[in-house]
Amino acid sequence: MSIEWLIPIILTIVTAATPLLFAAVGEVVVEKAGVLNLGIEGMMVMGAITAFAVAVSTDSSVLAILAGAFAGLLMSLIFGVLTIYFQSNQVATGLALTIFGLGLSALIGHAYVGKTFRGLPKLNLEGLSSIPIIGPLFFNYDSLVYLSILSVIFVTWFLNKTRTGMLVRAVGENHDAAHSIGYSVTRIRLGAILFGGTMAGIGGTYLSVVYTPLWVENMTAGRGWIALALVVFASWKPWRTFFGAYLFGGITIFQLYAQGMGVELSAQILSMLPYLATVIVLVLISRDKEKSRLNAPACLGRNFHASG
Amino acid sequence: MLIGMDLRPNPSRLMVYISPIIAVFLTILAAMIMFKFLDVDPIQAIKTFFIEPISSLEGLAELCIKATPLILIGVGLSFGFQADIWNIGAEGQLTIGALAGGGLAIAFYNTESVLLLPAMLLAGILGGMAWGAIPAWLKSKFNTNEILSSLMMTYVGLLVLGYLIHGPWKDPEGQNFPESRLFHDAAVLPILLEETRLNIGSLIALLVVVAALVITTRHVIGFQIKVLGMAPLAANFAGYKEKKLIWLTFMLSGGCAGLAGIIEVSGAIGQIVPTISPGYGFTAIIVAFLGRLHPIGIVFAGLLMALTYLGGDSAQITMNLPNAVTGVFQGMLLFFLLASDVLIKYRIRFRGSKRVKEPIK
Repeated sequence: MSIEWLIPIILTIVTAATPLLFAAVGEVVVEKAGVLNLGIEGMMVMGAITAFAVAVSTDSSVLAILAGAFAGLLMSLIFGVLTIYFQSNQVATGLALTIFGLGLSALIGHAYVGKTFRGLPKLNLEGLSSIPIIGPLFFNYDSLVYLSILSVIFVTWFLNKTRTGMLVRAVGENHDAAHSIGYSVTRIRLGAILFGGTMAGIGGTYLSVVYTPLWVENMTAGRGWIALALVVFASWKPWRTFFGAYLFGGITIFQLYAQGMGVELSAQILSMLPYLATVIVLVLISRDKEKSRLNAPACLGRNFHASG
Repeated sequence: MLIGMDLRPNPSRLMVYISPIIAVFLTILAAMIMFKFLDVDPIQAIKTFFIEPISSLEGLAELCIKATPLILIGVGLSFGFQADIWNIGAEGQLTIGALAGGGLAIAFYNTESVLLLPAMLLAGILGGMAWGAIPAWLKSKFNTNEILSSLMMTYVGLLVLGYLIHGPWKDPEGQNFPESRLFHDAAVLPILLEETRLNIGSLIALLVVVAALVITTRHVIGFQIKVLGMAPLAANFAGYKEKKLIWLTFMLSGGCAGLAGIIEVSGAIGQIVPTISPGYGFTAIIVAFLGRLHPIGIVFAGLLMALTYLGGDSAQITMNLPNAVTGVFQGMLLFFLLASDVLIKYRIRFRGSKRVKEPIK
């Protein structure tokens, strides 16, 4: 009995899950600091086009990743300045970020339609990568897959074990108390927002440089929103976003395989699966009102003004 | 810090109206800088964008056609936004409304009845409401975040459209194009102005605006919605049922979006096509804010946003700019608006000027 037919499926699940994982882990930190940034879709798509443009023009994947991350960071800076310094409504600002990002990326991407990139090289360790089954399953991914998993570990450690991480959570739970004992709510929140933007930018980079190494308008196709749902799914615990992202990666890939194997359902019906699954998961998670209130940061979505 | 902000004792009524004007001005300025970067003459580009499209009667008619769905959806969304209930799935509700009404036109193809059009409009409203009912039900029953569920249902709604026009509703004589057949005359909205595409849908939108005006200013429902948004606890004490208001705002916004959808397919388009709306459901969110969540303001905001669509088209044709410029425009406008809105609640203080004392509360 061989399980080797499963390996390519698992490999594709990993690549489908990785962009979601980056964006969701970033957003966990943002929301832990009490900020709801609904603009992940816009930050991801800007990361995707910037990274792709740099990849095509410089042929350097390192520069591409850096550029994608930086684009996400710049987008989140707009969000941070508006919500923190201009006290704008977080929901509306996040939506604006998405509308703006989708428009600007399409404008920039106009010149890059139809080009391709070779993707990222796979890890190749002498010996390890060639062990049957274990080799391809664990030691044969591109560097960003490992980075995404490291970032889950890092964020879990950061939020739970470091002083700064605890400050982030304090600001998210009660910004007035954090302010009154002398911590800078604005600086901590801005830092969290910028981290979230960088991660969303890398998530977008993964889409256009690795997952499907080309540029298509609106190529994020709602992944930014699914990442937001994953944060709720994970009850704001970074390590749980890992399972969420892989579950959704699995659903996406199942849907593609089912189409390939000629399941008697139309392609459109099967493509609904990830979106419907998101709704079902949201319902299951938030059904218990008291419990979900305990999990969510208490100041989530509320703006802070020192004199107010 | 060189500049500081003081909370105003009361929000400035004046700034509520000035802020959108500042935002429009700043957007045009930023757009000119952007055009400069794109190596396009900024003055010429602004002219192509904002003046050329409406310098003919036909252009003005097109402006009204594009503004109609934006105003309808914007008015519907404004109720929910006032109550802090966020339906951002209007695009999906528009699509399902168009399918529900358009389905009637296909089912009763070549039926000459004066009842067909009213039935289609009603089906459109009900279709939008049904799609809005899903997030409303999930929120009121299971406490599910309505932002995410309404948006997910939008993706599902667009796929339903794709399924129908690739499958059962495909035009039998359409050479395999994913489109429905053209609606027959009895299923197409009457034209208002000869030689243009302006149809009765724009009049219907005006009626909805008047009705919304009555609800917001004269009806207790409008008052309850505002209280829920501004002071949820007070609304609770006063005995307003939050669940009832969730349903009400979703039915209003879903119904308006569905109506916009059926007006699109039975008016300007005349059949069901793969892309019924170029993102009206999302742009209407900007329209609602720019119009200050007030029906009259939304009319002006809808006209302005409609102009950005026409401008995008005309810039694409005459200057060879990708029409994605429209999205950039719209996003920037919302950014600047949200930023200028700080002036409603806060007063800017420069270093050196005296801090204004707040009256004792």
